[in-house]
Amino acid sequence: MRAEVIKTDAVIIGGGPCGLFAIFELGLLDIKCHVIDILDRAGGQCTELYPEKPIYDIPALPIVSGQELTDRLMEQARPFDAQFHYNQMVTELEKRGDNEFVVKTDAGTELHAKIVVIAAGGGSFQPKKPPMPGIDAFEGTSVFYSVRKMDMFRGKDILIVGGGDSALDWTLNLQPLANSMTLLHRRDDFRAAPDSVNKMRELVAAGKMDLKIGQVTELKGDNGQLTGVAAKGKEGEFDVACNTMLPFFGLTMKLGPVADWGLNLNENLITVDTEKFETSVPGIFAIGDINTYPGKLKLILSGFHEAALMSQQAFRYINPGERLLFQYTTSSSSLQKKLGVA
Amino acid sequence: MAKITFIEFSGTAHEVDASNGMSVMESAVKNMVPGIDADCGGACACATCHVYVEPDWLEAVGERNEMEEDMLDFAFDVRDNSRLSCQIKVSDALDGLVVKVPEKQF
Ligand SMILES: Cc1cc2nc3c(=O)[nH]c(=O)nc-3n(C[C@H](O)[C@H](O)[C@H](O)COP(=O)(O)OP(=O)(O)OC[C@H]3O[C@@H](n4cnc5c(N)ncnc54)[C@H](O)[C@@H]3O)c2cc1C
Ligand code: FES
Repeated sequence: MRAEVIKTDAVIIGGGPCGLFAIFELGLLDIKCHVIDILDRAGGQCTELYPEKPIYDIPALPIVSGQELTDRLMEQARPFDAQFHYNQMVTELEKRGDNEFVVKTDAGTELHAKIVVIAAGGGSFQPKKPPMPGIDAFEGTSVFYSVRKMDMFRGKDILIVGGGDSALDWTLNLQPLANSMTLLHRRDDFRAAPDSVNKMRELVAAGKMDLKIGQVTELKGDNGQLTGVAAKGKEGEFDVACNTMLPFFGLTMKLGPVADWGLNLNENLITVDTEKFETSVPGIFAIGDINTYPGKLKLILSGFHEAALMSQQAFRYINPGERLLFQYTTSSSSLQKKLGVA
Repeated sequence: MAKITFIEFSGTAHEVDASNGMSVMESAVKNMVPGIDADCGGACACATCHVYVEPDWLEAVGERNEMEEDMLDFAFDVRDNSRLSCQIKVSDALDGLVVKVPEKQF
């Protein structure tokens, strides 16, 4: 299933606000980008953790929500036509020879780039693992936190745990394939979209699946093969037979593979200089929440500044020997042409 | 002002001073109480500030709000006395409050 290798100027790891602004700053210098994020959309913390909340300290935007800031950054970056690869985690980053970096994702995508910008924020958003005793032993065989290929779940006795959109969506999507389907949730109320909840209730009424109210207390089975769970609800304890369990408890930020790329770290943050925001490996930059330097503030505006300065050095690597002209977007006709406004 | 006690899963107690108006979560983070992760910084968007309010204090602390009730779906081992500590505002009425921290936030 290995796709062909993608060759590009720059790979940006992380599509949070700082990664998005890096597309713009690099774009002004004619550097083409591919952006990779484990989430299914852009915005990082802003859209994952606080889409509706107001931000008050973005210069010139007295108030803007996490979602709106992201939408505006996407609009600002649009002229540069970056390619986005969502739902993929960068697992490997390696320097190969002079001026080439190899980036690989857990979905099999391989990119070769002249420079790499790590804008991984607080780390990759990963599914929360419920702290159920012994769950590790079932992971990958009976317990899954995401669905990559639906077909894997054909004919299974599936237990889905949770009440959010992921839990409900996968209940509805997998129910037709499953041998049996049970949804277990702590209360008979769901944060998921009402439409999905109604559909689920219809399936229950038609006898096509079960809905149980309670919380898992114990996993049963051995050798990685789940046979059922014990659960507790308001009316007491009960068992659910199943050979596959999908818990959906939202996402949490974990540093993830960033720690394995041989870069100098300080307390799980990548150390950079404050002239170029370059890591201990020349050609690999780190901007936004993931980096650290004396005086670092984990603010979006700091990440924007870092993106601008990083881009200058990126230009020098990509165009060795060429002079970089300092220009204003207000008055430079060449910048305006790139922006599509001239 | 209120004194708040956080009891870790291991039994270790941490007493902190909290000012009125701040959240119980903030008082924990400010004093580096272990076990309150608060990934989202109090936006009621992560459920990693989950605590169990000691039964005597349930009334003073009040009811969960609707957003919090939804977010608790993303917490583990939710009980009747479960709260998200970023949604509890400190006031004089909470002086002496005791909450237990779960074994793991996730
Ligand atoms: C509730 C809350 C309120 C905030 N309010 C403000 C505010 O008012 N003002 C302010 O300036 N800041 C605020 N912040 C902080 C601000 O959100 C962060 O500084 C900002 O999001 C950092 O942007 P970033 O692009 O560096 O990283 P992030 O937004 O964290 O994005 C990083 C992205 O990289 C992805 N990623 C990481 N590793 C990998 C990998 N290996 N492979 C693929 N993808 C990966 C992640 O999935 C994520 O999407 C707030 C934060 C929170 C939680
Ligand atoms: S700090 Fe995230 S929900 Fe309370």
